[in-house]
Amino acid sequence: MTRVTVGLSTCGIAAGAEDTFAALGTKLAALEDAPELLRTGCVGMCYQEPLVEIRNGDGVRYLYGHISPDKVGRLIDEHVGKGEPVADWLVWTSGGKGTDTAYLSRQHRIVLRNCGNIDPESIDDYIKAGGYLGLQKVLEAKDPDGLVNVMIESGLRGRGGAGFLTGMKWRFTRQAPGREKYIICNADEGDPGAFMDRSVLESDPHSVIEGMIIAGHAIGADHGYIYVRAEYPKAIDRLNIAIAQCLERGFLGDGILGSTHAFHIKLKEGAGAFVCGEETALIMSIEGKRGMPRVRPPFPATKGLWEKPTSINNVETFANVPWIVMNGAKAFNSLGTQNSKGTKVFAMAGKIRHGGLVEVPMGISIREIVYDICGGIRDDRKFKAVQMGGPSGGCIPAELQETVIDYESINKTGAIMGSGGLVVMDETTCMVDVARFFLEFTQRESCGKCTFCRVGTKRMLEVLTRITEGEGKDGDLELLEDLAARVKNSSLCGLGQTAPNPVLTTLKYFRSEYEAHIANKKCPSHHCQKLLTYTITDDCSGCMLCIKACAVGAITGERKKLHVIDQSKCTVCGECYKVCNLGSVHKD
Amino acid sequence: MHTHRRYSFKNQHFVGEEGRLIPLLQQVQAEDGYLRPERLKEIHEQSGIPIAQIYGVATFYAQFRLKPVGKYLLRVCHGTACHVSGAVELSQAVEKHLGIPNGETTPDRVFSIETVSCLGCCSLAPAMMINASTFGNLSPSSAVKVVKKYQKGERS
Repeated sequence: MTRVTVGLSTCGIAAGAEDTFAALGTKLAALEDAPELLRTGCVGMCYQEPLVEIRNGDGVRYLYGHISPDKVGRLIDEHVGKGEPVADWLVWTSGGKGTDTAYLSRQHRIVLRNCGNIDPESIDDYIKAGGYLGLQKVLEAKDPDGLVNVMIESGLRGRGGAGFLTGMKWRFTRQAPGREKYIICNADEGDPGAFMDRSVLESDPHSVIEGMIIAGHAIGADHGYIYVRAEYPKAIDRLNIAIAQCLERGFLGDGILGSTHAFHIKLKEGAGAFVCGEETALIMSIEGKRGMPRVRPPFPATKGLWEKPTSINNVETFANVPWIVMNGAKAFNSLGTQNSKGTKVFAMAGKIRHGGLVEVPMGISIREIVYDICGGIRDDRKFKAVQMGGPSGGCIPAELQETVIDYESINKTGAIMGSGGLVVMDETTCMVDVARFFLEFTQRESCGKCTFCRVGTKRMLEVLTRITEGEGKDGDLELLEDLAARVKNSSLCGLGQTAPNPVLTTLKYFRSEYEAHIANKKCPSHHCQKLLTYTITDDCSGCMLCIKACAVGAITGERKKLHVIDQSKCTVCGECYKVCNLGSVHKD
Repeated sequence: MHTHRRYSFKNQHFVGEEGRLIPLLQQVQAEDGYLRPERLKEIHEQSGIPIAQIYGVATFYAQFRLKPVGKYLLRVCHGTACHVSGAVELSQAVEKHLGIPNGETTPDRVFSIETVSCLGCCSLAPAMMINASTFGNLSPSSAVKVVKKYQKGERS
């Protein structure tokens, strides 16, 4: 039976997928022997949204991109009616055709195995795809120690950023004394530029829940929390649906699947504090307090939520668990590099041609991800850098694009793996401004507990702001480096310890840009507004558009005669540059 | 976005009365649109949690507001991807159009503007949300167009 599915995750919906879904409903209702119309999650090709997949009766899948409601008629008439796929809009087929085959074929999907294939609101779909078999397997084996060993052997490391061995974390929590223990799923995805956790929760919530139940069995915990950002309403809705379904089917509750093992999950909505991604701050937040980190040790594995042993793992980590249980540690650790096993999901954004989610085996190079999978830089501009690891990470310059994805290799560059946001920057991106942007973020999000993080980031931000506004002074860079070292050394938690990373990496790789801002009062990327000068070149046709656009009357000239900008009046707002059709306004 | 969602404590906590404070504040805000001082006092009287602690929590988290917001809350995303794709210009355009700076509400209480750290739709950058609807791939002028649509709906 032919099946039509529409990707209805936040990104799809924002691109208008709900209208497409409605149009398909109307169109298909009029057909005899109409194919099934289903909702699914995110395939990861965010740049092609809204995406519609038609799966023929023989199982061959056809993925169509940019299907707005007006294209629905032709799509259904030709593909379903006549049985002729519409080649113009085809981006991928399971038979290896389509314009964007490279995007999916180079990926290796473990975490995203079900994303875009199943209906996230249907537990039956998940079970049909092999879901909850891993849970049954571990419940039948009744060997939590063996399970912990499998996780250690698999080499799975925490996907939230720090990269601690998941199995070891479980072992410590399992061995910690006490009967009452907790599992927490950290879904407080706060790094700007990262959205893989949202996508997994929206597209395949059951895999995360199954991973949590298995973890509960492994460490001997009966209770779990999912701490999810309130900014992700769709993910929250789907998690609630999934939890209710699990309770109904006996995957959650007392005596799971007839065993003596119990597990309960509650959802906890974050209230918007980046620092709550840090585990001790997250625990404080669940306990109803200000989310401020505390000294470790004791680690949460011995003293966590309500002072009880607690294992906190990331969404992506949990999604890996059922797969490892089903396929074995070997299948997982045969992927990747010496110390980084398995795959990693990256959220590709910024000046990239094909932005979205990609899951690649560890050990692949940045160049392969940017060029081979994601199609290179938008508008054929020059590749300048990738930003990895969000505000805790750093910028890796294009010269180091052969760096492989692996915790240690990334650390060596000064960036970090982080949660997996990969923001691509081109020649128009000013690196000083990027550093300032991240500092502004961490300064705002600092909880204020440690002096250097609270005050040091503020002073660093002031220096950076000054530099981008053309007020930079000799000695500023040294001051930044000095402050950076102090903030790193004197902060309790990861937020402060890593906050200077964006500044340090840009200073390391793009020092000349800083120097140009300070010494020449110029922004080489023509980005920093206050350092720009607008002039009108001789090929001005005298159309007067810029004169009308100028809010301060700085441009003078008559029709069909060369216009002139009075620099003493100009506020460098850039409106003249935007309105000029001939490109006669020059910015430098 | 949080309006209309009802909180049930049953689904929030296993142990620890204190842990209920944040869900309680979320519920109050969902009902009133912001945290009124009287409601904070009420929570204090009923729960025994010191008022200073309640205020401390309410001011710590970005989600909580001590001032009322407009009918439509515009959240302009200032995440990394949006930042490099022109979120600053987008904010400027929307602020100029509505005549209010970031963090403020129009005098008729219809629109409020807020910048947020990341909406998680980075591949649609630059993006903004109006209440629960997300708009992506915006330019300063198309963002203003979206706002105008809401303004038109409000007038008719």
